[in-house]
Amino acid sequence: MDLIKVAQEAFNEGIKEVPEFGAGDTVSVHYKIKEGTKERIQVFRGVVIQVKGHGNNKRFTVRKVSNNVGIERIFPIRSPFIDKIEVNRKGKVRRARIYYFRKLTGKKARIKEKRV
Amino acid sequence: MPGLIGKKIGMTSVFSADGKNVPCTVIEAGPCVVTQVKKMDSDGYEAVQLAFDEKREKSTNKPEAGHFKKAGTSPKAKLVEFKEFEDEFNLGDIISVDIIEEDSFVDICGISKGKGFQGVVKRYGFSGVGGQTHGQQDRDRAPGSLGASSTPSRVFKGMRMAGRTGGERVKVDNLRVLKVIPESNLLLIKGSVPGAKGSYLIIEK
Repeated sequence: MDLIKVAQEAFNEGIKEVPEFGAGDTVSVHYKIKEGTKERIQVFRGVVIQVKGHGNNKRFTVRKVSNNVGIERIFPIRSPFIDKIEVNRKGKVRRARIYYFRKLTGKKARIKEKRV
Repeated sequence: MPGLIGKKIGMTSVFSADGKNVPCTVIEAGPCVVTQVKKMDSDGYEAVQLAFDEKREKSTNKPEAGHFKKAGTSPKAKLVEFKEFEDEFNLGDIISVDIIEEDSFVDICGISKGKGFQGVVKRYGFSGVGGQTHGQQDRDRAPGSLGASSTPSRVFKGMRMAGRTGGERVKVDNLRVLKVIPESNLLLIKGSVPGAKGSYLIIEK
């Protein structure tokens, strides 16, 4: 197991520090998109539904509602396409995976802010 | 082919330079010790015998112990002969992963995982008999006909049937080397490699 970690660390050069966040937090993911030869950055802002896996394999799901359609995107946390992750709001939730949030709309679909 | 002996550590995935998540196998390769140099005059062919992985002195028998003592090394668990090494080697020389270049291709040979007694669908990739409807039953994974009837009145030798599967020597060609880490003797190979974790592998350049 340790040797696998050594192998993974060899690929970790130039990987940025990622802020800590969890389910219920609102984040903006700055994602690099390649169009032909050009590269631009797209911001995907939404609520973190879950954080899954650990180490290099960690990934998180972000949900946002756009034009009344719910969109969920899964990002690998170590993906080189992620330019940066901003944590906009810390949410107060009781679960590690807030799947119930998908069914909520309107005023119900609000998450209390966590005061630090 | 020149090469060295390694041990499968396990699999993981890494992000490549172009951002793709690539599956890879981690192999602890070498350092291997030269324990015998076979020459045309004395042995009838040229080869280099390499040894890898420590072994307890207690479980080494006397002929083996003498063999390792001659090479001036501690007892080793796995011995393999390699041919066509370019350099000349002496007994006790050490060969490590840095003989393998990054981004090159290697062939890897190992003993595949044992699967036990398996039917022909898993063992030889047969598709079973017929469909799953039209009153067909119990024949989904059957081998089908074994041959004709009165001529030849027997089943030909070598007919593929159910039996012990896996646990045999398998060689996979042209596997890409993603990275070589000489400090910890590691080799990262794209994709999978035959065998269980901890099993020995022969890596050929």
